[in-house]
This record gives sequence, C-alpha cells and structure tokens, in this order.
Amino acid sequence: MKKVVLALAAVAGLAATGAQAQGYPTRPITMIVPFAAGGPTDVIARIVTDNMSRTLGQQIVIENVAGAGGTTGITRAAQSQPDGYTIMMGHMGTHGAAPALYPNLKYDPTKDFAPIGLAAGTPIVIVAKKDFPANDLKGFLDYLSKNADKVNMAHAGVGSVSHSTGIFFNSVVKAKPTMVAYRGTGPALNDLMANTVDFMTDQIVNVAPQIQGGNIKAYAIATPQRSPVLPNVPTTKEAGLEGYEVSAWNAVFAPKGTPADVVKKLSDALMKSLDDENTKKRLLELGGVIPSNTERTPEALQKLVESEVARWTPVLKAAGATAE
Amino acid sequence: MGDFFSNLSLGFGVALTLQNLGLAFLGCLVGTLIGVLPGVGPIATIAMLLPITFGLDPTGALIMLAGIYYGAQYGGSTTAILVNIPGEATSVVTALDGHQMARQGRAGVALGIAAIGSFFAGTVATLVIAALGTPLTKLALIFGPTEYFSLMVMGLVFAVVLARGSILKAIAMILVGVLLSTVGTDLETGEERMTFGLPFLADGIDFAVLAMGIFGIAEIMRNLDHTETRDVVRQAIGRLLPNRDDFRQSYKPVLRGTLIGATLGILPGNGAVLGPFAAYTLEKKLAKDPSRFGRGAIEGVAGPESANNAGAQTSFIPLLTLGIPPNAVMALMVGAMTIHGIIPGPQVMTKNPTLFWGMIASMWVGNLMLLIINLPLVGMWVRLLKVPYRLLFPAILMFCCIGIYSINSLPTDVMFIGFFGLVGYMLIKFGFEPAPMLLGFVLGRLMEENLRRALIISRGSLETFIERPVSAGLLAVAVILLVIALLPSIRKGRDEVFTE
Repeated sequence: MKKVVLALAAVAGLAATGAQAQGYPTRPITMIVPFAAGGPTDVIARIVTDNMSRTLGQQIVIENVAGAGGTTGITRAAQSQPDGYTIMMGHMGTHGAAPALYPNLKYDPTKDFAPIGLAAGTPIVIVAKKDFPANDLKGFLDYLSKNADKVNMAHAGVGSVSHSTGIFFNSVVKAKPTMVAYRGTGPALNDLMANTVDFMTDQIVNVAPQIQGGNIKAYAIATPQRSPVLPNVPTTKEAGLEGYEVSAWNAVFAPKGTPADVVKKLSDALMKSLDDENTKKRLLELGGVIPSNTERTPEALQKLVESEVARWTPVLKAAGATAE
Repeated sequence: MGDFFSNLSLGFGVALTLQNLGLAFLGCLVGTLIGVLPGVGPIATIAMLLPITFGLDPTGALIMLAGIYYGAQYGGSTTAILVNIPGEATSVVTALDGHQMARQGRAGVALGIAAIGSFFAGTVATLVIAALGTPLTKLALIFGPTEYFSLMVMGLVFAVVLARGSILKAIAMILVGVLLSTVGTDLETGEERMTFGLPFLADGIDFAVLAMGIFGIAEIMRNLDHTETRDVVRQAIGRLLPNRDDFRQSYKPVLRGTLIGATLGILPGNGAVLGPFAAYTLEKKLAKDPSRFGRGAIEGVAGPESANNAGAQTSFIPLLTLGIPPNAVMALMVGAMTIHGIIPGPQVMTKNPTLFWGMIASMWVGNLMLLIINLPLVGMWVRLLKVPYRLLFPAILMFCCIGIYSINSLPTDVMFIGFFGLVGYMLIKFGFEPAPMLLGFVLGRLMEENLRRALIISRGSLETFIERPVSAGLLAVAVILLVIALLPSIRKGRDEVFTE
C-alpha cells in the first residue's frame, strides 16, 4: 500500500513547480519512453527506474510517447529543458538504426544527448516455425540459400527491432527471403506459430515463452554467451555463423546540456539499480543481459552509440530500408 | 469435467480472498470513473494506472488491472450513451441507439440494460474461457492473413446494413473511412502516404481522435445550433432501470450478442472489433420494424453491448493460453504481467495455475462488481444530464481535450478533434452518417494489411482467397449479404422503411 501512496504522491507532485538547481532532484523526474506501455523497452524502463527512484528520493514517472519507431518521443525529449527533470530511455532503434531509417531525423544520436548509461540489453534470437525442415542453424542456412524464393521472413514493421535485425541477418548470410510485415511482434508470432510464415529474428523476451512451449523453434541466439533463459539454444558462433552478434540494447539519456553533476547523480543511481538483487532478478527473468561495470558509464554509452550508428547505417542503406 | 470444477474452485479460492475481492472492486471502480472521461479508453486507463499496481503480488495486480480494463470498457459505453462520444471502436454502435434513448429520457434504461447485458455476456464468456479456452486457441491459429481479409470484407458489408438512409451515401462513407485508414507510414515499405509531410500524421490517424471529433464534437455543435432537443432530455428523465417490457425485448439480443461477441473475440488481430457491429446488423435484420434502429431501439444497445463485453473477455484466451496478445489492450496486459515477473506464454497455465485460474474466476467477480458499481451510478449519470447544457458542454469539451491529450501526449491530437468535429458537423448537415465511415476506418487498415500479406505469401495469386475453405466461406457469406442488401425489391422496401 505504501507504493500506491508513493505513486499517487508522484502524480500530485507533477503539478509542483519552481525547482532549485542544487539539491537535485527536488521534484519528480519524467522519463520519456518512446514506445507503447507494455513493450520490452517500457518494461525494462519501469524495472530499472523502480530502484532509481528510491535512490534519488524522487519518483521517476514514465511517460510513453510512441510513434515513428520511437523517434517521436526521443525528438521531444531531446528538445526538452536540460535540467535533469526530463530523461529518456533510448534504444538500438532510436540511437542506432534511426539515422539510416529516417533521413529527416531531427536529432543526431551521437551529438544531441548527454548519455547516462546502458540499462539492459535483450538478445536477438533466430526463430522459425516448428514445421520448418531444418533442425539447426547450418541446415537452415543451407535451406535458405537453396530455396531463397520460397522462404517468408516475418517482421514487426519498418523501424522495429525485428526489422532492423532481420535485414542485418539477411545481409550477413546473403539471403533474400520474402519479407512479410506485421504491426507488432504479437501478430507476427501468431502467424509463425500457425506455420503461415517461416522465420524471424526478435528479442528473447518476446519469443522465449513460445520456444519453451514448443510452438516455434530457435536456431541460435545472437550473443557471445548462451542465455540462462534458453540454455539449450546455441550462440550464433557455436552454431557456425560469424558476424551476427546483435542485441536490442536500452540506455538512459538526458538532453544535451544537462549539468555534469546531475548526469553523475543519475548515472550513479542507474548503476546502483543494476546492482540491486531484485532489479537483477527481474531483468534476468526477461532474458535481459545486464551490462558490466565498465559498460555502464556515460563514456561507454557514447562509444556504443557511435559504433552502433556506424554499424547500422551501411547495412540498412544497402537494403534500401527507409521509413520516410 | 471433474478437472473443470476443481480448476474453477481453485480459481475462486484465489479470487474470493478479501484482498483480491477488494482489488477487483477498486480496479472496476477506478476503471469506470476514468473510463467515463471522453476518449480515455481501456488502453490509456491501464497505462495510466499501471504504476499503482507495482506494490502488489502478481495475481492481485493482474486482477486489479483486469478490473480496470472491464471498468474502462464499461465507462466508455456510459460516455457513448450519455454524450454520444465513443472512446473506442466497440462503443461506436452503442452510441447509435444508446444516445437516442438518452435523448428520449431513457438514459437510465439504456445504461441499465448495457450493465445487465454485459454482466450476462461476461458470465457466459468466463465459463467459455474456463471450459474451452485451450481447444479454442486453435481457432486463433486457423485465421491467417487470407481468412482475415475475407472476414474484413464481410465486415464491410455489415457497414452497408448499418446505415439508415441512402445506400449510396453509406458506401461513399465507408470508402472515405477506408481512405482515411491508409494515411500514415506504409507498413511494408516504410513510405509515408497522404501525410503531406506532416510529422504527426506519420503514424496515421488515431481512432479515438477521429471518433471523438466526428461523433462527440460534432454532436456538441449540433446541440448548440438547436437547443430544444436538449430540453427534452432535461425535462423527461424517465425510469432509471429497465422494466419487464424492456427485458422481454432485450433478452434475445443479449443471447445472440453474447454468442457473436464471444466467437469473434477469440480471433487474433482484433477480431473482437467486429462483434458489436455484427450484433447490431443481426438485430436490425431480425427486427420486425427495423426503422426503430437509430432512433432509440433497446435491442440496438442490448445486443452490441453484450457482444462487446463477451468479446472483451474471450480476447483473453489467446493471451492466457498462448501468451499472444490479440489486440493493443492485451499487449499492454502482457507488459503488465512481464513487469510483475510473469512472462506470458503457453506455460503460464501449468507453471502458475493459481494465477491462471484466479484470473479467470476474477473475471466473473469483476463483472459482478461492475454491476454492483454501475447500477447505483446510473442515477448519478442520469442526473448529470439535468445540468443545463450551457454549463455541461464546456466541461465535456474540456474533458475531451484532456482525454485525447492523455492518450499520446500530442497537442496536434487536440487540434485534430476540433477539425474532425467540423467535418462531422458538415456530414450531419448534408445527411451523411458517420458510423459506416468509422467502421470503414477500423476495417480498412486490417483489410489492406492482410490483403497484402496474403498476396505476398501466395506470391501474388488471388486464388488463395477461394482455395482456402474458411476464406471462401466468409466471402460467400459476404456476397449473399450484399445481394440481399442490394436486391431491387428489398431495396424498395428498404427505402420506404429507412428514409426519414
């Protein structure tokens, strides 16, 4: 019941204004999550901020501003006051793939933000319908190269994680399956289970329950290590595929110009949250990968964003993928 | 059968603890109150109230969230009946006859029959989920893109029947609706279509924005240009609850609506949306005097409301048994479950039986709570109509703006309801009905996406629509319905009956 009171107090506190720069934070902080409530990024944001709020002594209120592959929300957050009271949860799409997908993007992921730190990544898994003839990644790749015109690949819409990582997969294995677009992962999975489409790549949190339930099969997980959630699924490297290691990372950013001491406070709170046993447990249950201490710093995040933009831009441009 | 009862008793054991009863009540109450705000449908309500559940155990939290869902759904119907503002696709139909009843001083009866019909439908749907949830899951997997396209074609034929006046105008409105649904980023190619380079159109037009403008704002403008109709509402409040006659007229529509809604609710990809429309069409076709529809026929509220609630319940089936959310509300429930450490999937039933059966039992408890909460509230809502309109309409407008802003936090949405309000007002003045347009809008996007998906998968062969038996059957029904609607002799009768 205490939390209920806290949450209500936070909502009431939104109306309060006139904060001082010292003693940050003196009022609730808004975190813009650029996706609909309930999606993987939203869930990770809520889990991580739960503990951060307690460290900071002020509630972090999640505001979902969805649209245009997450760029609507990030654009708004980037343009808000850099006072530490508006922060955002960016991810692989908004701070990696977006510059290639949206030529008219109003922000530059590498320049317009004050990075806070990496929150958690969700690995990508290569999954196929359960009746698919191949039983391992090698057989699958073999089938794909011989029957390129027959295979259908599902994805959750241009700009989604499954779309970007799917295009990346096709460029790595040099395949050209027919792409079938869905509005979100749910409908795509439904048709995968119904044997209507053949395969897709998506975040572990979306597909793990169906793999465990035997409704679809998994060929490989695109991380250096296996996931405790899916211990029997080999990594891409183990399965003989080099060069396809990708995860949908989520990270906290503030707008450019946020004072350094505020960034430090937020970054410390994030690190503390990621060390908290309860936060860890909940993230691991999702199949999430918790960043190591060196990966959590603002500097490391800045480097990650730069390398991700450099990685996604040529891949997506070559595939002619654009959302405008 | 023994299993069935032991499972249900396990479920009720969970749902009937004092804490969970209280949470179900709280969820339904809060959901109803917030859902009544124009435009604030179940999705916005659950998203807003999600943090409140953080301190609870998963089962309690989900019971409360499910309560918020039913509450918001029902609250939406209340707004549709009282002020003609449907917050979501499923309450559009309720607004048609429900609001007419309110204008005739029968708001209480409309609200009452909606609550009672919903309760009955909810009870039946809960039993269906408990007894047949697992086998029915297969139905969701039969419906691929091909079948879905054919189902939507059939749905569009309903829209023709839905209209009261000229059939030509109705078809024109349906096509406008379909056209509006194509605004936004193309799903397959990522190209923007008909957005005029405006960033806020990149994701298309939000249903709530369109419906609130076309129905709600337009209704306010129409009321302001001739005030006498409102006086009728103020003078004659009438009975608060349905009487025997009302029940005699409604019980068959409730039964039929429940059946239709429960069946369509199981389908993936938001099949539940068709439920109320289908129920309304059926009632209108079966009625001895179809001209009453659109002028306050109680069957036009009872049938669709039951279908709506039955569909709302059975759409939990794919979520609970497979972990696949069939629509946006259920996707949000997936997130809520995940936050509480329960990852939805086929194993929830075996791994968390208390949660699974507890939730099913709580659905029935939630429906009972809704009835308990809403019957006394009927009097309060009806009294709200006594407020002079010059005081009421600024408040409605303000709540509309708050409601619409709370969905996406976009100021352009607020401006858009004003724009669509103007359009809606003009449509009314020129004798075009907005309901077929909204149905065209809802079905248009599903139809286009599934058509393209089906054709991509069949590599461009149109034969796929008649080769697959379910799809062929649905198309045949659509053709038959259309022929009946268009047959000259019937149309003659239709013109006599339907023109005002």
